[in-house]
Amino acid sequence: MSEITNIEAITRTLQQEMRRDPRIFITGEDVGKRGGVFRVTKGMYEEFGEARVIDSPLSELSLVAVGIGAALYGLRPIVEIQFADFIAPAFNQIVQEAARFRYRTNGDWHAPVLIRAPYGGGIGGGLYHSQSIEATYSHIPGLYVVAPSTPYDIVGMLRYALRVDDPVLFLEHKKTYRLIKGEAPDDDYMIPFCKADIKRVGSDMTVIAYGLMLHETLQAAQELMHEDINVEVIDPRTLNPLDRDTILSSVKKTGKALIVHEDNLTLGLGAEIAALIASEAFADLDAPVMRVAGPDVPAMPYARTMQDFFMPNAQKIADALRKLNAY
Amino acid sequence: MTLSSPTKLELTAPTLAPHVQLGLHDDLVLEMYWHMLLARRLDERMWILHRQHQVAFHISGIGHEATQVAAAYALKRGHDFIFPYYRDLCLTLALGLTPRAMMLAMYGKQGEPMSGARQMPAHYSARHLNIVSVSSPVATQIPQAAGMALAMKYQNTDQVVMTCFGEGSTAEGDFHEGLNWAGIFKLPVIFLCQNNQYAISSPTDREMAVQNVADRAPAYGMPGVIFDGNDFIESYHAITQAIERARRGEGPTLLEAKMYRLVPHSSDDDDRTYRSREEVEAWKQRDPLLLARKYCVENGLLDDAHQAEFEQRAREIVDDADEFARNAPYPPPEEALNGVWGELPKI
Ligand SMILES: Cc1ncc(C[n+]2csc(CCOP(=O)(O)OP(=O)(O)O)c2C)c(N)n1
Ligand SMILES: [Mg+2]
Repeated sequence: MSEITNIEAITRTLQQEMRRDPRIFITGEDVGKRGGVFRVTKGMYEEFGEARVIDSPLSELSLVAVGIGAALYGLRPIVEIQFADFIAPAFNQIVQEAARFRYRTNGDWHAPVLIRAPYGGGIGGGLYHSQSIEATYSHIPGLYVVAPSTPYDIVGMLRYALRVDDPVLFLEHKKTYRLIKGEAPDDDYMIPFCKADIKRVGSDMTVIAYGLMLHETLQAAQELMHEDINVEVIDPRTLNPLDRDTILSSVKKTGKALIVHEDNLTLGLGAEIAALIASEAFADLDAPVMRVAGPDVPAMPYARTMQDFFMPNAQKIADALRKLNAY
Repeated sequence: MTLSSPTKLELTAPTLAPHVQLGLHDDLVLEMYWHMLLARRLDERMWILHRQHQVAFHISGIGHEATQVAAAYALKRGHDFIFPYYRDLCLTLALGLTPRAMMLAMYGKQGEPMSGARQMPAHYSARHLNIVSVSSPVATQIPQAAGMALAMKYQNTDQVVMTCFGEGSTAEGDFHEGLNWAGIFKLPVIFLCQNNQYAISSPTDREMAVQNVADRAPAYGMPGVIFDGNDFIESYHAITQAIERARRGEGPTLLEAKMYRLVPHSSDDDDRTYRSREEVEAWKQRDPLLLARKYCVENGLLDDAHQAEFEQRAREIVDDADEFARNAPYPPPEEALNGVWGELPKI
């Protein structure tokens, strides 16, 4: 089995799924002839034509709304938000509309629109091309937020997402697009939502991380192995709703937990996971729950020095783990 | 595209009654009148229930009935789709939502079929009738309607989508983005603006710098059509033309029905604070229900006995719905937890 990158995993799966299911179409800014600014939809306009790979006007609010309307009709729209930073105009359509159709009609209507959004920093994107938006949207019942971070998980979860009957925010860490490679079998396996994955088995501490930070964490764990520190790494994969059981059973085993995200600290995913651990695994804890996260500034600055200062990385994670280990 | 002024629809052949010229059967015209009457009586009862503190809220469609009944009869039932708004009591009633359902919504009782008694009243929805659920933020349905029309175009059906909204809501970005999509892709969608002169207390000149909502249509590459929204036959004509155009694949139309909100914005509003009684009285002379009745009488479709019978029937239906809902139980509290997520696919 050959290795593919994260971006290849997305492209390949989109192509396969569109061949399988004629109800799927994709729309977004520059997704057609250009193949998207990140080239995720490369070659798809040529293969599926302009009726199924639709260049949209520059209007995120209505991109999502159009997806909702098509989903209500019974199609499986995929909406590409060019950068997660620009999803804000669609907030109302995502939160009050897509995520609420089922609840507000007691199950009569539902709007399974799949919203793909490249997010995250470390690429010189400054304030408006680096943001992590997952905490904001994970607050919304009725909307799945997923962030698979390896080719294997991306393929399995993207396939699954196209069969889920609720709206999905599918987050793709843009720095991992070409950085992360891995194996992904070319069959039709799927990975269900709300199932975390133990990316590394260990006994001393549990780290919960996703996106680029998952890979930084795995690197830190590797480093700590030389110091005889054995770290377990949990990738939640689905950020809302969380797979509580996998997180809790790991923490109950290790007694120590660190949560890592690049999204800023306050009310980030780490806050929720820490609260979960505090309320459900309190008696098993040997140390306070720790977090490594982006600082509480509005967004990531452009200058290299400030960007690096903002981004958590393997070094910072390893330092935090040493502290936690020594507690 | 050059800027064209909105078209006034003119009927020809003065010897024939307008509805005959439009190919509308006498029976259908009378049925339309009946639905306007029933909607009005139901609506009036809702006001009373609020004043009696029986229900928490009412938002009314009084004054909007002519346009709405015309829209219901112009659409192909069970085939076309509608994204209504909160004033569309008459429209959704004529499309098949029952008075009992609407009364259950008023009281927030168990078995309310639109939202399971989660939404406030007037948030119409019925999937089996192709009526898409109304939410409270205004204008959100407009780009959604464009999206459904995109799906229809992609599926090569001859269906159309209609969406309704007030003139004040056309200041929202959703309106402009929705029309932009519809224009670019020539989508089979009809944008039906019910211009009742006010957005709560704001008159139209504080909502837009142009005279008419329809004046904006050329900016989105579609025709804008203004008609008398108090006249049910003229409304039917205008709406039918827009629907036929969409069905032929010629694209969207922005319709603007001129009318007047004959009552306060909602049960929480006092319209005496921002408009004169003289103004309201003047518009009452053009009450769409009175005009429709006059039309039916003048064309020999309705006599006094018939009218009395209609009133009697309407009263019975409204009484039944009111009583039914009043006596229905409240939903069990923990029902609040249901229906957040669908079932996940099994692997
Ligand atoms: C986004 C949003 N802002 C404000 C409101 C409060 N609101 C409800 S109806 C309304 C006025 C709407 O006027 P118009 O569109 O003309 O419709 P009408 O009520 O006159 O039929 C307002 C401001 C709302 N529901 N949604
Ligand atoms: Mg108005």
